[in-house]
Amino acid sequence: MKILVCISHVPDTTTKVKFVDGDTKLDANGIQWVINPWDELSLTRALELKDDASTGVKSVTVAHVGNATTEPTIRKALAIGADDAIRVNAEPTDAYFVAAQLAEVVKKEQFDIIMCGIESSDYNNSAVGGMLAEFLDIPSVSAVSGLKIENGQAVITREIDGGKETVTVPTPFVAIVQKGIAKEPRIAAMRGIMMARTKPIKLYEPVAVESLTEYVRFEMPKPRAACKFVDPENPKELITLLQNETKLI
Amino acid sequence: MSVLVYTENWDGKFKKLSFELVSYAGKVAEMMGTTTTAVTIGEVSDDELKLLGKYGANKVICIKSDNLKNLDSQLFTNAIAQVAQSEGSKVIVIANNNSGKAIAPRLSVKLKAALGSGVSQLPLNLSPFTVYKRAFSGGAFAHVVLKTDVKIIALTQNSFDIAENSKDVKIERIDVQIDAPKTVVKDVQKQAGKLLLTDAEIVVSGGRGMKSPDNWGPIVELAELLGGATACSRPVSDEGWRPHEEHTGQTGKIIAPNLYIAVGISGATQHIAGVSGSKYIVAINSDKSAPIFEVAQYGIVGDAQKVLPKLVDAVKEIKGK
Ligand SMILES: Cc1cc2nc3c(=O)[nH]c(=O)nc-3n(C[C@H](O)[C@H](O)[C@H](O)COP(=O)(O)OP(=O)(O)OC[C@H]3O[C@@H](n4cnc5c(N)ncnc54)[C@H](O)[C@@H]3O)c2cc1C
Ligand SMILES: Nc1ncnc2c1ncn2[C@@H]1O[C@H](COP(=O)(O)O)[C@@H](O)[C@H]1O
Repeated sequence: MKILVCISHVPDTTTKVKFVDGDTKLDANGIQWVINPWDELSLTRALELKDDASTGVKSVTVAHVGNATTEPTIRKALAIGADDAIRVNAEPTDAYFVAAQLAEVVKKEQFDIIMCGIESSDYNNSAVGGMLAEFLDIPSVSAVSGLKIENGQAVITREIDGGKETVTVPTPFVAIVQKGIAKEPRIAAMRGIMMARTKPIKLYEPVAVESLTEYVRFEMPKPRAACKFVDPENPKELITLLQNETKLI
Repeated sequence: MSVLVYTENWDGKFKKLSFELVSYAGKVAEMMGTTTTAVTIGEVSDDELKLLGKYGANKVICIKSDNLKNLDSQLFTNAIAQVAQSEGSKVIVIANNNSGKAIAPRLSVKLKAALGSGVSQLPLNLSPFTVYKRAFSGGAFAHVVLKTDVKIIALTQNSFDIAENSKDVKIERIDVQIDAPKTVVKDVQKQAGKLLLTDAEIVVSGGRGMKSPDNWGPIVELAELLGGATACSRPVSDEGWRPHEEHTGQTGKIIAPNLYIAVGISGATQHIAGVSGSKYIVAINSDKSAPIFEVAQYGIVGDAQKVLPKLVDAVKEIKGK
């Protein structure tokens, strides 16, 4: 069995973002780029499955659509333990474009399980995984919080409103993962970092696909009213304020 | 033409989210000078379907098929796409929840329709068609142009007020041609009857400042008294102090209640990413410089152990309990 983990490259989650060029572009100055948290967890789970010989998982590949500046992110995934990597050499313009590129990769390389995160922490689209599955006309399972392989079959836990379901789907399929898929992201050990230098990153040139959306402007959240402080000795005043001003209680 | 809105039902019932979606779709249809069609999948009574007319649906289509009993994202997409095509829909509205996220991206490829997700306002402009969406996990918002003829909007829960707008609704029940599902459900574990965190309008949440799982009594009591749900920060669920379903934030649930009460939560960016859509935030924290006070509108600097019991008493008093 072969697993593909799709990774996106995002600003560190503590970044306070700013915009330039009349609020049309992210100010990349001083930003630390990391693997999208969900993708780090997908990779961790994929590697755990590979470590367990009974699963029959033979390899874990990572794929990324991005230009050459994103290579450190890919190297990091290799250092964590991915066997090899694929980079589609293109600026990711929107989710549709990215998914179309990844679909070409999957058609050529053939994977059994494809893992995507529920969302990228930058554009919060929650889109690439489902789009990729539709391009390939294969099943996708969303809100996946558990993935096991039993007797050669993928057994998936997915979150539903107020509970969980255990489901199976035939391979190949796309698992769109969320909380629970792995406990803690695996971190790169020294040996992994050394080995990552020699692991292959295969380069694909993009196929011509138009993007369907365009980000034309960014704005910061509306400033919230300043905090009104209430005397800790008299919390009742808080309830009165909430009653009078928010009318919610 | 028409605006199509996919309204999920839960065992044949709609909920507030469904009415938010229909109200939103109705307003978009009004902006475009067209009508609203709602579509749902499963067994739903006429009376329940008619409820959607109260919020602006001109027509409700109910799809029934034995192959659509459980969510199979491929088949649900096919079914909704068939309706969108036969209705000639130019805009499709769907919830940005678990099932919406499973369906909307597939529908986008199937119909080659641009998708705007995490949308929290009416379109800013019809030409070019521009939506307002969450970006950078709540750190910013983006204006996004949907460039295709057909557009899909995935609307954030609790971001649009429901508004009555009664229509003489027409109900249509249809069968669609659908293959056998590939997703096979082996087991379901459901907690029935509990208010879902994502549906709650008031949420009381505890962080590491609560010190021990034994101190959660007043948080639970306060939530109950206010008719709300309980939540927690990530370390609290990691420690097993509270169930994982309660974890809110970037890597947990993203919620947008009307009132979010954060007790003993420092307000790390990753936590705020999950609650920044709340209309009002209340913070109770012993550290005056905790970042949570930067996003809160009401605050108490104090020891949660001392403040909470008094708050509970105050709420009991106004609720007459
Ligand atoms: C990739 C990534 C993703 C993450 N995702 C999430 C996420 O989804 N959700 C999330 O919550 N976190 C997330 N985190 C963790 C986040 O960075 C913080 O560590 C976490 O939110 C802190 O939780 P806390 O506020 O409960 O605890 P702390 O930061 O320890 O804060 C405890 C607070 O309690 C106050 N306090 C102490 N004693 C009392 C008292 N007696 N009475 C009142 N107040 C008291 C303290 O002043 C302090 O402000 C993530 C981190 C990373 C790196
Ligand atoms: N540029 C990219 N290259 C590879 N995978 C991506 C890229 N962007 C997004 N993804 C995948 O799609 C998931 C959801 O991202 P999004 O649809 O952008 O919110 C991510 O968690 C990744 O698994």
